[in-house]
Amino acid sequence: MSAIADTHHRRVMIGAGLCLALLVVMSLAIGVQELSLSGTEGTMPFADLMAISRLPRTLAAVLCGAGLAVAGQIMQTLTRNRFVEPSTAGTAQSAALGILIVTLFLPAAGLGLKALVASGCALAGTALFLATAHRLPPEQPHLVPLFGLVYGGVVGAAVTYVAWQTDLLQYLDIWTNGEFSGVLKGRYELLFVAVVIVAAAMLIADRLTIMALGEDQATSLGIDYRRMTQIGLVLVSVMSALSVVVVGLIPFVGLVVPNLVSRISGDNLRGTLPLVALGGAILVLASDIAGRVMRFPYEIPVGTVMGVIGPAVFLWFILRERRDA
Amino acid sequence: MRDRIVIGLLLCLALLAVIAFMTVNLRGNIAFALELRGIRLAALVTVAVAIALSTVTFQTITGNRILTPSIMGLDALYQFGQVALVFALGGLGYVSLSPQLKFGMEASALMLLAMVILWPALKSRMDLTLMLLAGVVIGGLFRSLTNLLARLIDPQEFAVAQRAMYANFSAPNTDLLAIAALVTILAGGFLFSRRHLLDIAALGRDTAIGLGVDWNRLVLLQLITVSLLVAVSTALVGPVTFFGLLIAALAERLTSSRRHASVFVVAMLLGVIVLVGGQTLLQHGLGQAGTLSVVVDFLGGLVFILLLFARRTR
Repeated sequence: MSAIADTHHRRVMIGAGLCLALLVVMSLAIGVQELSLSGTEGTMPFADLMAISRLPRTLAAVLCGAGLAVAGQIMQTLTRNRFVEPSTAGTAQSAALGILIVTLFLPAAGLGLKALVASGCALAGTALFLATAHRLPPEQPHLVPLFGLVYGGVVGAAVTYVAWQTDLLQYLDIWTNGEFSGVLKGRYELLFVAVVIVAAAMLIADRLTIMALGEDQATSLGIDYRRMTQIGLVLVSVMSALSVVVVGLIPFVGLVVPNLVSRISGDNLRGTLPLVALGGAILVLASDIAGRVMRFPYEIPVGTVMGVIGPAVFLWFILRERRDA
Repeated sequence: MRDRIVIGLLLCLALLAVIAFMTVNLRGNIAFALELRGIRLAALVTVAVAIALSTVTFQTITGNRILTPSIMGLDALYQFGQVALVFALGGLGYVSLSPQLKFGMEASALMLLAMVILWPALKSRMDLTLMLLAGVVIGGLFRSLTNLLARLIDPQEFAVAQRAMYANFSAPNTDLLAIAALVTILAGGFLFSRRHLLDIAALGRDTAIGLGVDWNRLVLLQLITVSLLVAVSTALVGPVTFFGLLIAALAERLTSSRRHASVFVVAMLLGVIVLVGGQTLLQHGLGQAGTLSVVVDFLGGLVFILLLFARRTR
């Protein structure tokens, strides 16, 4: 990286960091109960309110956003396609299938077991997607996300069918539409695994950058391609499954953020992965805040907000790319 | 000749499905039950015909076998219009409007928007896979916008909007049956009268223009008809993403040529068999009245994936 690019990159990082800090403060300040340090009668004391509800909610959004954005970046490296991410590759839908299976056979299972089975199912579903997507012609980059979207839809239809048969449709809505309003102390700590996932991704960032060149190139440069693919798959699956189990599906984070970052700072993942994580945290937290204030005191789930932002940005990407070409 | 045999066989199957739908498990007040089932049957047949005609026509003017109006997000657009109307008028205002007037407003809005969105895309002769992807994404965008709008509506009014949001074959919206059937018959008659023109259009844009077809006029008129038919089916049962694809793909394989006279009929009969037969089977055979739309979306999605991969190897 040249000195100029380095300064540019550092400025972007600082800007993003400040932006996230501002959003965190906003997120802590917004809620139905007015903040007062003494705590008026009939309301919760300030410290409790922060520790039990506002802080966990804010942290959950930051962790989810960072993890999902990094997961999206990894997916795009593995498929060598800019338009793929966990919710457009059947990963999240397979995770929902896993939770459904646990709920059916072990209704008393805790979050940990649910997350484990969901991760397993997400892994199987994503591996199937990858194996099939590699058979699509590489010169038509739009076929892979198209296949992924429909594949996710088919898995989703199977999940809906089973849920319908077993009267679990109501739960299904919780898993398939991400929402932070249910996040309280003691019910989101699993999300801290996202820190491990982001750290692991940064450790292998250089190898991921080389993998983006394709299997032959990467292998000739000394990368164990299959092994790295497996590691990447596990990271992506665990992250998507965790977010589906704890808060529900938040679509398109992993698509929007890496694409924007790549436009600003290029594709050297060692430099850009921290920015991707920051960007994901900003996007999800901002969407959550928007959902909270749009129809105060009611809330709009973050999954619904991202469901509108995501496809709109996606559309802009694919149409703009065509004009540039 | 082969087409006639296929049509004859499908006609028998469709009749069987209809008879089964009307008679299986009939008990209690028979006259009442028959009337109720008759109305539902009429709604299902209208939907099957509307989707079959609109999908086949759409595929002809866009020159491909994978794209369908609902994959391009037309029915999501219609739904968005419905919820937007509830949002604009309020739940009470929406309910007090006559259903026919609402249908008229929503159908016109859909035709207008379809023109605004699809016409430039078709004119610029966009790359097919890009158009497909853009269509799927647009469909998703409108579904999310519908959800968002529904959340912004008062909770009491939400119930009004919610009815419009899910495909339901077991309880079609029968208020609109008369007008929906009328529109379908008129639109169907129009498409049938132009079947030879469509046969020429199927040869491709350049060949058709070379043979003296006014291509823009043809595409514009068919697009308007297609959006009307989509409005009919969405108003009656809600959105069904892959149903059209399922029957159009089957119809193409069952007919010996792409002459619209036979493709239209085969697709319509297949639609009736799948909808009426499937509903009977799920309701009485498996005791699962509400799940036909999910099953159709599952199977249709698989067909879509198969078509994607088949196209590659060709």
